[in-house]
Amino acid sequence: MSAESAIREPLITGGKTLHDVTEDIVSRVEQKPSPLWMVAMAVSLSLLAVGLYAVYLLVWNGIGMWGVNKTVGWAWDITNFVWWVGIGHAGTLISAILLLFRQRWRMSINRAAEAMTIFAVICAAMFPILHTGRPWLAMIWMFPLPNTYGSLWVNFSSPLLWDVFAISTYFSVSLVFWYIGLIPDFATIRDRAKNKISKKIYGVLSFGWVGGARTWAHYETVALILAGLATPLVLSVHTIVSFDFATSVIPGWHTTIFPPYFVSGAIFSGFAMVLTLLLVTRKVYKLEDYITIGHIELMNIVIIITGSIVGVAYITEFFIAWYSGVEAEQYAFMNRAMGPYWWAYASMMTCNVIAPQLFWFKKLRTNLAATFIISIIVNIGMWFERFVIIVTSIHRDFLPSSWAMFYPTKVDVGVYVFTFGFFFTAFFLFAKFFPVINIAEVKSILKVTGDKKQ
Amino acid sequence: MNETKQYWKGIEQLANTPEFQEREAKEFNEYLPIRGGAESDEPSRRDFLKMMGFGVAAVSLAACEAPIRKAIPYVNKPVDVDPGVPNYYASTYTSGSDVASVVVKTREGRPIKIETNSLSPLGAGTTPQMEASVLSLYDEQRLKGPMAAGAEISWDEIDDKITSGLAASKKVALVSHTVSSPSTQATIDGLIARYPNVSHVSYDSVSMHGMLEAYKMATGKRAIPAHDFSKAKTIVSIGADFLGSWPNEGLNQKQFADSRRLSEDKKEMSRLYAFESLLTLTGANADYRTPIRASQEGLYVAYLYNLIAAKMGAPSISVASVKDKVNLEKAAKDLLASKGASIIVAGSNDPDVQDLVIAINDMLGSYGATIDLSTSVNTRQGDDKAMSVMVDDLKSGAVDGVVFYNCNPVYDHPIGEELGKAIGKSKLSVSTSDRMDETTALVNYVTPDHHYLESWNDFEQSTGSYSLSQPTIKNIFNTRQAQDSFLAWAANETNYFDTLQSAWSAMYAGATGFSSFQHFWDKTLQDGVFQASVAESAAVVISVDVNKSASSIAKDFTADNAGYELIIYKKAGVGDGSQANNPWLQEMPDPITKSCWDNYLTISPLDADGKFDYDPEKMNAQMTTLTVDGKSIEVAVLPQPGQAQGTLGLALGYGRTKAGKVADGVGVNAYPLLRNVKGRYDFARFSGVSITESSTGVYPIAQTQTTHTFNGRENVIQETTLGAYKKDSFAGNDKIEISSLSGKKHPYAVTLWKGHEYPNHHWGMSVDMNACNGCGACTVACQSENNVAVVGKQEVLNRREMHWIRIDRYFSHNAEDLTEGQKEASGLRTPEFAAATNPDVTFQPMMCQHCNNAGCETVCPVAATTHSTEGLNMMAYNRCVGTRYCANNCAYKVRRFNWFKYHDNEGFSDNLSQNNDLGKMVLNPDVTVRSRGVMEKCSFCVQRIQTGKLTAKREGRRPVDGEIKTACMSACSAGALVFGDMKDTESAISMQLDIKNEPKMVTAQEPRAYHVLEELRVMPNVWYMRKVRNIDEQKSEA
Repeated sequence: MSAESAIREPLITGGKTLHDVTEDIVSRVEQKPSPLWMVAMAVSLSLLAVGLYAVYLLVWNGIGMWGVNKTVGWAWDITNFVWWVGIGHAGTLISAILLLFRQRWRMSINRAAEAMTIFAVICAAMFPILHTGRPWLAMIWMFPLPNTYGSLWVNFSSPLLWDVFAISTYFSVSLVFWYIGLIPDFATIRDRAKNKISKKIYGVLSFGWVGGARTWAHYETVALILAGLATPLVLSVHTIVSFDFATSVIPGWHTTIFPPYFVSGAIFSGFAMVLTLLLVTRKVYKLEDYITIGHIELMNIVIIITGSIVGVAYITEFFIAWYSGVEAEQYAFMNRAMGPYWWAYASMMTCNVIAPQLFWFKKLRTNLAATFIISIIVNIGMWFERFVIIVTSIHRDFLPSSWAMFYPTKVDVGVYVFTFGFFFTAFFLFAKFFPVINIAEVKSILKVTGDKKQ
Repeated sequence: MNETKQYWKGIEQLANTPEFQEREAKEFNEYLPIRGGAESDEPSRRDFLKMMGFGVAAVSLAACEAPIRKAIPYVNKPVDVDPGVPNYYASTYTSGSDVASVVVKTREGRPIKIETNSLSPLGAGTTPQMEASVLSLYDEQRLKGPMAAGAEISWDEIDDKITSGLAASKKVALVSHTVSSPSTQATIDGLIARYPNVSHVSYDSVSMHGMLEAYKMATGKRAIPAHDFSKAKTIVSIGADFLGSWPNEGLNQKQFADSRRLSEDKKEMSRLYAFESLLTLTGANADYRTPIRASQEGLYVAYLYNLIAAKMGAPSISVASVKDKVNLEKAAKDLLASKGASIIVAGSNDPDVQDLVIAINDMLGSYGATIDLSTSVNTRQGDDKAMSVMVDDLKSGAVDGVVFYNCNPVYDHPIGEELGKAIGKSKLSVSTSDRMDETTALVNYVTPDHHYLESWNDFEQSTGSYSLSQPTIKNIFNTRQAQDSFLAWAANETNYFDTLQSAWSAMYAGATGFSSFQHFWDKTLQDGVFQASVAESAAVVISVDVNKSASSIAKDFTADNAGYELIIYKKAGVGDGSQANNPWLQEMPDPITKSCWDNYLTISPLDADGKFDYDPEKMNAQMTTLTVDGKSIEVAVLPQPGQAQGTLGLALGYGRTKAGKVADGVGVNAYPLLRNVKGRYDFARFSGVSITESSTGVYPIAQTQTTHTFNGRENVIQETTLGAYKKDSFAGNDKIEISSLSGKKHPYAVTLWKGHEYPNHHWGMSVDMNACNGCGACTVACQSENNVAVVGKQEVLNRREMHWIRIDRYFSHNAEDLTEGQKEASGLRTPEFAAATNPDVTFQPMMCQHCNNAGCETVCPVAATTHSTEGLNMMAYNRCVGTRYCANNCAYKVRRFNWFKYHDNEGFSDNLSQNNDLGKMVLNPDVTVRSRGVMEKCSFCVQRIQTGKLTAKREGRRPVDGEIKTACMSACSAGALVFGDMKDTESAISMQLDIKNEPKMVTAQEPRAYHVLEELRVMPNVWYMRKVRNIDEQKSEA
């Protein structure tokens, strides 16, 4: 797998040697935490603390702490859920699909992207539990567990149940995939560790990896099998999430276009989030030679493609609403664009359809600052997309008598902040204690056969 | 070891007696307090283990602290009380001046639900106040016993003080609302006989003085005759809200609905013309409605008089003409055409206007046909002038004693403030109120009366129609029935029950078919009502001096008043405010404005334009300062479509200061703003009214509905005109079709669903939108039956009211129908805006549709909401985890979520029925109080269905149609809601909807029946019957 054409542009620049790679990545783990990291961690923990208070208020008092009401039963909760799930998609796409397609440039970004997937899915999974009126029961009753309530079973025709399966499968496969990839690198850290405790911990984490040829052969087979397993998940998870809406009767939800539209939206937002995080990591950890402009450009191209698919989907929805002749559907889409939530729709269109088109300019897609800004814009846009789909569809559906507005409360914001707090706390812990780049894989694409220095 | 060494445990062993040896052989040789099994008396190991086991279990159980439950079992079970089985007692509701025959449902001795007494000829459904009155019984704010000068006192002491006070006073006024109880009147008369210095003054919080005076002048009898709207073909109302605020409004609603009931065999209905300033329930149900200023009401009546008189050959009267007379002329034509089957009613409290109305009715031959002069409505007899004189006398000291019998004039009388100041001057002041209200707080002695559900009483609601009241619970507090107080003060030894019975023995003399008085009494008490034969009165000669009336109308009314006019009106929920501390009433959305928990100044959208912008999204209204003859109050302004330009409306019943924690501080008091016209009170003010022309602040008004049009969605609201309906019974059907491979089809012809089998029953409901008048009684009835939580104003603002049944009220208009005046006004904005000057109104009761292919059922992940084999969409609260997916996927938005814990929660202390031990007594034990985090919704009163089925099963028969009624259905005066088994071909619903049962599907063949949102193919079990307006065809076809 490591044959590299002499004339192909190197994926890792700076003429790194194998030792340089180990040094560059493992030293981050071995060094004392930098003050910058401490600050970042403090901020994340305080977000987590504030968020936890909001979660406490919510769980203690009831869903009434949010702004949802008799008409708008879901708002920020499911918006955040879908948003986080979507963000998770990039990690799986990069590590699974790009692995199968032998896109070797993925090797320096897949570790962080997969970590992001895991944390994002955890954040996402909190909402299906927290958004229920009785989370202590929802946590148990949503699963088809044997029970003593007669033969009380879950409802297999409910898309929410499909979600439970989709998310839990996705989480398990992603976690295993990510962890298997980490094992050789943990072994590297273990081998270098001078501190007894570190040696012990990383020794346990590395499952006694010795690096024999057979082990490597098994390792690569497992990676391929897991990639094969994870690949359909990239498509299925968001498809199933989109069924929450697509199988309903609500105009604006009841749409067959949702599965592809949601999947491309997920990849779109996922890549944007990967970019946001990697640009920072790259800078702070000085990994410019591993995560090159080439990587960033390729990811930006994915963003143009998926962003354009999403844009086409938005327009298709309008066309179908007109073409279907369904009065309520037509109203729902006019209401999106011109109703009281027009600003959400406008934000979505600007952020998701217009902003990524700027990447057609090579200058912009190879510019770090522009990429960083647009990646954030895309994530804002994708949040609004879910908000638009969820809230503006149900706030004015069939019976005008029940039309109502949704206004978020502090607790709505707080619970969202909680997931951010969790996400960044987890990500910073990962960045400090785990190898942020797959050392073993990156070593395989080092241009060691050519000239030492370019 | 020394073998000879002996070890012994005790002396016994050393002695080794035979007894010892015998005992030693046993397993338990010590004494054990256990007797052995059957074979031996010996304690065995088995017994020991049993004892041990029990002991351990008992000790460990005793260690657990058992929760203290306050349920006390019957030591001696009363014969007629079975736990879990309700008892029903006929009784009579009374509040303020209102009276109605009711049936009270009690469970384990607690009244929990009020329903109408169908045996009463005046009974027709319930009103919101009647439904809510059962909660007022359990109001913690009620007084716990007699009080003197703010301190508790015994009944004997307070009686001594009051009797000596009565004797010492020069002149004592006994103030009450209208007393329509003959026996109560007798006790009052007895008190007056004992103390001739006592005089009785009665008033009505919502006075009908003008009408009473007019009839007194015209017929010599100061009484309101019974109007029978069911006999009328043409009804003209000039400012009279007979469907909303007249006495016996339930009966009026029923009669009105009866006059408009349509079927394939009867395609005729009455026509209602309304000329009014505010949009009232009556106007909302009118076929032709004309917004007029109150200052023109007299002129409209006079003009109508002239129109009729011209045809009838009577001399005309000279008053100024009116501008907008198209509808009036049309009305006159219809009135004349249906002579003998017409009614004209007016709301003005001006006797001169009412005089003319009597004259018109007389010309049209209404008396003896639609208006019965021999039968009078006895619940409004109050005399404004007598009351004014009393207050003046009290101020001057001519009256130095006052007894308030269940009335609160300091609050609910226009000169209450003056009265309040004068009470202090009197030597004796007594109140029998149930609470420390505005009046009671000012008196020396409080002798709290029983609640009506704790009382014996009788009423003569209208001539010859008697109704008995019996206690359904022992008095909860140390209260005493006011009549017993009167008897005690009159030194009468008998108690009120005996007085009542002896009065009724006189009634027995006139009754036939009873073996003894006891038989008569028992039967009457069981039925609750008694119809005495009314003696045919001699033909009444009606004499009205129309010219005198005309000249004073010409003086008092004007066609061109420019300033603002203020109309004080009564809301359907809180009413006159006597039950204001009842949260069910406070939270009931007003039928017209859909607002609750407040009163507000309604204003024409044309007047509000640009000044008092109302934001329906945040429900933010603007405040203004309303100034009436120098009195200023801050009040929120709510633009109300349909309101006459230049008119302001303010509801009574709010602004209580001492009603209790629910009502205090809610809204503003409108009573002091009533117009005093030489001692009588008028609800309209033509002058002296001003408002600041710009906002003085922002104030939220809680509304349950903020989008007021149905956006032309004919899959929601379907209506037609009588003419079109006569030609084609299907007129107005929006004929939804969907495209399929094999061409266009009805949505129900295409399906992916397997359908449900309904082997036994299939429950359904039909909602006749032609009958529903929007009154809202069903909402409160459902709240009472199903323990629906009250959430308070803030949560209604957050759009989280919990009502299981709501009435959607939509406004609509035909752009072509706009009058010239409206078109002119449309220059302001759009034609739609101009339509707001006089919209058509449609009411649509909306509850769970119990869909056969329900959206909610498929999406619930835990199967908490499922379909029953009887077509019910069921909700298992215990199973619900609260994802709210079902509510989102409900196309009708009828599901309600428990956002918070509404019971036992300080934050929701206004939810009286679930937050204190006394209030909880009103809860229906057959219905779970929902915990927080679960979804709830209309269950078609499944507890009633089960009870009905069980009763039938026990008696070995099928449930009979009509035996099982939902709470909303039995509350509905108009009979708009019909519930029943669609599998029963003889049931009312099957007949009405012409139900066809197919395997796994029912269809209604009745042409007017339709499903809301038919194209979704959720196939509800609730059908709506298209509304038919009795308007000329060209009008709608234009």
